Amino acid sequence: MNTESPIIKPSGLDIARIRADFPILSLPSNGKRLTFLDTAASAQKPRQVIDAESHVYEAEYANIHRGVYDLSQRATVAYDKARTKVRKFINAASDREIVFVRNATEGVNLVAQTWGRKNLKQGDQIILSEMEHHANIVPWQMLREETGLELVVIPITDSGELVWEAYEKAFTSKTRLVAMTQVSNALGTITPMAEIIKVAHSHGVPVLVDGCQAVPHMPVDVQALDADFYVFSSHKLYGPTGVGVLYAKAKILEAMPPYQGGGDMISSVTWAKTTYADIPQRFEAGTPNIAGTIALGAAIDYIESFDRQALLAHEQALLEYATERLQALNTITIYGTAREKAAVISFAIKGVHPHDVGTILDFEGIAVRAGHHCAQPVMDRFGVPATTRASFGIYNDFDDVDALIGGIAKVQEIFG
Amino acid sequence: MNDLRELYQEVILDHGRKPRNFGALPDANREAHGHNPLCGDKLDVRLKVKDGIVEDVMFEGAGCAISVASASLMTEALKGRTEAEANALFEKFHALITGEADVSLDQLEELDKLAVFSGVRDYPLRVKCATLGWHTMHAALENNGETVVTE
Repeated sequence: MNTESPIIKPSGLDIARIRADFPILSLPSNGKRLTFLDTAASAQKPRQVIDAESHVYEAEYANIHRGVYDLSQRATVAYDKARTKVRKFINAASDREIVFVRNATEGVNLVAQTWGRKNLKQGDQIILSEMEHHANIVPWQMLREETGLELVVIPITDSGELVWEAYEKAFTSKTRLVAMTQVSNALGTITPMAEIIKVAHSHGVPVLVDGCQAVPHMPVDVQALDADFYVFSSHKLYGPTGVGVLYAKAKILEAMPPYQGGGDMISSVTWAKTTYADIPQRFEAGTPNIAGTIALGAAIDYIESFDRQALLAHEQALLEYATERLQALNTITIYGTAREKAAVISFAIKGVHPHDVGTILDFEGIAVRAGHHCAQPVMDRFGVPATTRASFGIYNDFDDVDALIGGIAKVQEIFG
Repeated sequence: MNDLRELYQEVILDHGRKPRNFGALPDANREAHGHNPLCGDKLDVRLKVKDGIVEDVMFEGAGCAISVASASLMTEALKGRTEAEANALFEKFHALITGEADVSLDQLEELDKLAVFSGVRDYPLRVKCATLGWHTMHAALENNGETVVTE
């Protein structure tokens, strides 16, 4: 068994320097070096993002789209700039196609409650996959309660890949939407999203992409994908909590009724009639998370300051190394062995419940997720109540993998 | 490692691996289903209560070492007790593992083997694991057939 860290230095990346950007990584955890392996749940934040958010409150804060005074104008400009950064980041055609929401979950709910309510009726079908996050299941189930629509679930294979033939055959004259993840948070599977969308479009069906786990790991181009809706959260992208993005093609957004009513989303209000603002403001009622949105812009700047292919290569090297070392332990079962995977590993240790694994690893300063990962249908598919999940971000290094393997040895020492 | 051993004491590991009173109880007259949605743990607790006395108690299900061991030790502690005593013991146990109230030496003595769970108080997220069986037992005594959810 290989117990030495391989000497792999992807081009142009200095991981030690990246780590130094994240203040929390220098704090000990249970008296040990923090080994943070729960980025898929939420990423840690670099100094640049933390500073950007506090800078807003210290020097640039006022409500946006209202005052004519200097501070309000500066806040408005910074907020609008963040929208442009997001647009460029996912290569949308126009800033008008970027709607700011609280998180990806709200993005899906917004589509379900506006586009869905308007366009879906009893008997209509939505295609999902068996590996969706609850955020891409429950909003559709709620709409099902209301409308009587039908959810068609595409199964996954033992390795955690979409059963392609089942997907191709799932379309009927009643299919109205495909809502699917680009990267599974529980299994790490990268789905063939461009092909998924191509097939859906050949049936005239639009596609909503859950991009939460994709955006932090790989460059995303919504026009190249030809996605109709695309949602992701700032907090998984090294940005602050409380901000999410819903992208939708302008012609789709224009035809959608408003989401919540209030200030900022109107064009004029009288007692007799209210007219709504143009997109995207129509979907952004009330004062938004101004500082958080501006800090999301800083997170995007931060990510884009690196060669993204090099970041991806680094994470893939970590995934490969961690998979190899885990597989060398004969007590480990890995759930999710798709050919295309992001740096997420769900696993079980024979005879030890994930919660006990999580607690013992915590003693070693190792933070992993133990549970169902908000994807209970995936757990049911593999017949386990829960798994332990290690997920990697741009700040993880090979020492983190070695620490994990060392922590698992401790688990086995206690439970062996 | 000392701290770890304080949480995962040998008694807990033993009962986690080989739970006692594990299985069905065909002549049970009280039963409840417990579920911790956070981790997916599921336990069924069944009791045979006659004239206010717990004559027999069994449990079934799957969970972490803490929740299985806790349910196992609970079944051992409950046999022969009155319903009121069972509920009072739950209260003491709860106080012990949440650290909400100081547990006196006398009470510790009464908790007997259950005192091995005192380490759980340092892990607020694991308290639900250690109390799942107890909550389920309590529900079985109060309301037959209900599902108890701890999260």
